[in-house]
Amino acid sequence: MSQDLVNVTIDGLQVSVPKGTMLIEAAKQAGVLVPHYCYHPSLPSPAVCRMCLVEVEKAPKLLPACVTAVADGQVVHVDSPAAKKAREGVLEFLLINHPLDCPICDQSGECELQDYTFQEGRPGTRYSEYAKRYNPVEDFGPDVLYVPNRCILCTRCVRFMDDVAGTPVLCVAERGDRAFIGIDPDHLLEHPWAGNVVDLCPVGSLISKDFLHKARVWDLDKTASICTGCSQGCNVTVDTRDNTVVRLRPRANLDVNRHFICDTGRMNYRWMNRGDRIEAPLVREAGRHLATDWDAALDRFAGLVRKGGKAVLLASAGASTESLGLLKGLLREFDLTAVVQVPAGEEAPLRGVPNLALRRERAPNGDGAALLGYGSDWERAIQAAGHADLVVVVNVELTGAEAAVIASARAVVVLGTIESQQLPQAELVAPITSVAEESGTFVNRDRRVQRYLQARTAAGMARPAWWVAAETQALVAPAAGVPATSAQAFDLLAETVPGLGGLSYATLGLTGRIAGAAEAAAAGAPR
Amino acid sequence: MGYPHPSHPGETVVLSKYFGDAAARSFEGWVKRGGYEALKRALAMTPDAIVEEVKNSGLRGRGGAGFPTGLKWSFMPKGDGKPHYLVCNADESEPGTFKDREIMRWTPHGLLEGCAIAAYAIGAERCYIYIRGEFTEPLRVMTGAVEEAYAAGALGPNVFGSGRRIDVVIHRGAGAYICGEETAMMNSIEGKRGNPRIKPPFPAQAGLFGVPTTINNVETLSAVPHIINRGAAWYKGLCLGNPKSTGTKLISVCGHVQRPGNYEVTMGTPMKGLIFEMCGGMRPGRTLKAVIPGGSSVPIMNAEEVDRCLLDYEGVIACGSMLGSAGMIVMDDSTDLVYQIMRLTKFYAHESCAQCTQCREGTAWTSRILERILAGQGKPEDMQLLLDLADNMTGKTICVLSDSCAAPVVSGIQKFRGEFEAYLQGRRSPAMAGV
Repeated sequence: MSQDLVNVTIDGLQVSVPKGTMLIEAAKQAGVLVPHYCYHPSLPSPAVCRMCLVEVEKAPKLLPACVTAVADGQVVHVDSPAAKKAREGVLEFLLINHPLDCPICDQSGECELQDYTFQEGRPGTRYSEYAKRYNPVEDFGPDVLYVPNRCILCTRCVRFMDDVAGTPVLCVAERGDRAFIGIDPDHLLEHPWAGNVVDLCPVGSLISKDFLHKARVWDLDKTASICTGCSQGCNVTVDTRDNTVVRLRPRANLDVNRHFICDTGRMNYRWMNRGDRIEAPLVREAGRHLATDWDAALDRFAGLVRKGGKAVLLASAGASTESLGLLKGLLREFDLTAVVQVPAGEEAPLRGVPNLALRRERAPNGDGAALLGYGSDWERAIQAAGHADLVVVVNVELTGAEAAVIASARAVVVLGTIESQQLPQAELVAPITSVAEESGTFVNRDRRVQRYLQARTAAGMARPAWWVAAETQALVAPAAGVPATSAQAFDLLAETVPGLGGLSYATLGLTGRIAGAAEAAAAGAPR
Repeated sequence: MGYPHPSHPGETVVLSKYFGDAAARSFEGWVKRGGYEALKRALAMTPDAIVEEVKNSGLRGRGGAGFPTGLKWSFMPKGDGKPHYLVCNADESEPGTFKDREIMRWTPHGLLEGCAIAAYAIGAERCYIYIRGEFTEPLRVMTGAVEEAYAAGALGPNVFGSGRRIDVVIHRGAGAYICGEETAMMNSIEGKRGNPRIKPPFPAQAGLFGVPTTINNVETLSAVPHIINRGAAWYKGLCLGNPKSTGTKLISVCGHVQRPGNYEVTMGTPMKGLIFEMCGGMRPGRTLKAVIPGGSSVPIMNAEEVDRCLLDYEGVIACGSMLGSAGMIVMDDSTDLVYQIMRLTKFYAHESCAQCTQCREGTAWTSRILERILAGQGKPEDMQLLLDLADNMTGKTICVLSDSCAAPVVSGIQKFRGEFEAYLQGRRSPAMAGV
C-alpha cells in the first residue's frame, strides 16, 4: 500500500503525512497542538472559530489549520507572533460575552476556553464597561441543558445533529453577537445519541443534567473502560469521585465508536454504585447461608467440582473473557453445557458513522463467550440444569420459573454481585466484582478484543470470577502458574483459545485488536 | 443618468440609455431598441469565442471585487458532464449603492439577455437571479420580463430556435446583507442559512448545489450584450485612466450633493468632475469633507484624495480606497464623521452572519466603543483599542464583512483623527448619543 507522503515543517519539526491531511492533524503528528474550537476530527470543519489560524510561509495571510491541506515543503508556524496575536484576539472576542462563572460551571477544569485563555489569553479585559449578552438557560431535552451565555457558537452541536445524527434539530438562530443555538421545539434532543453534544461542547454551554453540579472534574479519577450496554463495545472513560462512579464519557477509538457513545450507554452506570452487594462468601450450613472466608468457600467449591458428572454453566454475557474462560476450564472434567445470556433490546444506529449503533444484543461479551465455546441456547440449558450434578450461575438474574427448574439440580453454586433470595439451596454464594471493580477484556461484535481497567475498589470481599475459578482449580488439581492477575489469566487463555493466540494485554493496548489477527499475521496469511 | 434627471453631457450612456423610458421595459419595446440581437449573435458563436471576446473587452466584475469577467468564465470546467449554473447577483444591499436596482427597473430584458449570453458561454442551462428581498419593484419588473422572454422564445428549451436550453429562475432574498456575498448567496439559494462558505473549493469547481457555478453582478451581465454587439475593441476603448479598467461604470452618488443619482461614466473619469460638475457640487456654503467611494465597505477618502482621484479600479486604490460597487457617499463639512462611522459599524454588527468569532463579536464591540465616544464617555486609550480590534478583524475571517467594518474605522481614525480627539477631550459635546 503506497500512499503519497508530503513533508511539512511545523514549528521547526519535520513530519511526513499523507497528501490531503489537514495542517491541524499534521501538527498533531509533530506533537504540536494547534488551539481550536470548531474543529473536531469526527465532524465536518466549518472553520468558523478562527482559533486555529497559523502562519504559513509564502501565504499572504494566516490560514485556518483545520481546512488547509498540507503541501510539500510547507513551513508552518503555530507559535509565531502573528499567529499568537490572532489567537489572543479570538480569545478576547470570545470572552467579552462569556460569563466568568467558572466557579459554578460544570465544564470548569475541562474547558477549552479556560485552558487556552490561561495558556495565551490576555490577563485583563478591555470590555469592562458593558453588560454581557444574556439569554436564559434552556431545556434542550432528556439530558441536556443549554446555557447560551457561555456559548461560543462553535456549532459542533449543530453539525453533530445535522451530519452525524442526521436529525437536524439544532441551528444557529439570529445574527451578529445576538446569535445563539436554537432548537426545534417539537423535537428536543431526543435522538438516542444526542447526549454527545455535551462532550462535543468545548465550553460549559451544553451540560448534562445527570452530571449537573455533581462534582468538580479535577476531583475525578478517570479510568479507561468499555461500555457494557451492548455488543458494540464502545470505549468509555469511567469517572469516579471518591470511589463512586459519577459519569461515563466516550473515549476515542476511531475503529469502534470514534468519539461517541449512545445515551443508553452513557446512563448505564448507576448499578456500579449499588449498595446491596454480596460482601462475603456464603456457604450453606444446616439450611442457612452463613458468611465465611474465601478458604472455606473455595474448599466447598472444589469439593463440588471433584465429584464430576453433568454440569451446567449459566453465565452473563457481561462477564469478562478471563472469567468465562477460566470457569469453563474449571469444569472441563464435567459433561458440560455452558451458555451465556444475551438480553435483547431496540437497535439504535448513529447514521453518520458506519458500523456504529446501540445493538440489539445488550451484552458486551457475547462474542467472547462464543470464542470460548459457550452456547446461546438458554432455554435448553435451563432444562438441562434441572437434572445436573452441578449448576454454576454467574451473575445472571433468573426468572422465578428458571430458578424453580434449577432448584432440582443436585448442587448449585452462585457467583454473584447482588444479594438475591432466588436460589436459597445454593451450596455456595461467592461475591464477585463488577466490571467497574476489576480489569479484564470483552470481545465485541466485530471480534475486537478490548481491555477495561478497574475504576473502583471491590465491594467487601468480592473477587473477580476468574480468580475464584483459578483458585478453585488450584485446589482441585494443584499445578504451577496459578494466575494472580487478569493479565496472567488472559495469557493462559491466549495459549489455548483459537483467536486469542498471540494477544496479550500489552499488545491489546487501550484500543484493542481483532481476535485472530495476530495468529493470521504469525502464519503469514493475508487476513 | 436618464432618470429622474436627463443625462449629463459628461456621462457615457450605455447601460443607462433607457433609464426612464418605460417603453423599453417590455419585450417588444426592447427589441425595437435593438434588444436580443446580441443574444442571437452570441448563439451563432462558440462559447469559447464569447469568453474570448469578453476577455478582450477588459470587462471586470462590477459587484465590488473587479475580477476580470472573461477570466472568471474561463475557469468553468469543460466537458465535465455536470450541470453548470449561472447566478446573477441582484442582492444589491451595499449601503450607498443603487445602480442594479435601476438596471432591473428600466432595462430588465437587457439583464436577461446578458444572463442568457453568459449562461451559454459557461455551458449553463439555468440561471438564478437572486434579487434582494426589499426590491419589490425590480422583482415585479423582472418577473414580468422573464414571462415575456419565455413567451417570445428568448428563454426556455429552445432559445431562438438554436436548440439551446436556457432557463432563468428568480429567487427572492429575505433581507440579509450577507447573502450578497457569492458563497452565502449559493447557500441561500440552496435553502440553507446564508453563511459564506470557505474557499477553496471555489464556485467554478463546486458552487451552487455542488456543481460548477459562476456568479456575476447585474451590471456586469448587463454590459455583456453591448460588448457582443459593438465588439471588444469598442468597449476596451472606453478608458480614460488605467488601461486595466475599461468600459463604463454606473456610479450611485448619494449624500450631500445637489443632484444625487446614478451617473454612468467612462472608466478613469475624475472623481472631482463627477461630484462638482455632474452632481452639481455641494449644497450652498458647504465644502466637501469626505467621500466613501465604493459602498460602505471601503476606506473613507478625504477632500485632498478626492481632488486627485480618477474613477477606475486602480485610481481609487492609489488614493487610499477602493472602487468597490461604486456606491459613492459624499459628505460635506456638516457631517459628524464619528457618528457616521458608528452608524456604519452598527450596520455591520447587525448584518454579521455570526460564523467567525472576530466578526460576530468585533463588529458589535467596535460599534459600542464608538457609541461610548459619542456619548462623551470615551477614554484616551479608545482610539488605540479601536485600531487593535480592527487589526484583529482584518484578513482573518471567511468573508470580508469583518474587514469591511474595520476599513472605515481605521481610515476614519487615520484621516479624521481630530474629530475623535474632540470627543475624547471633551471639546465636542455629546451628540446623537443613543441614536
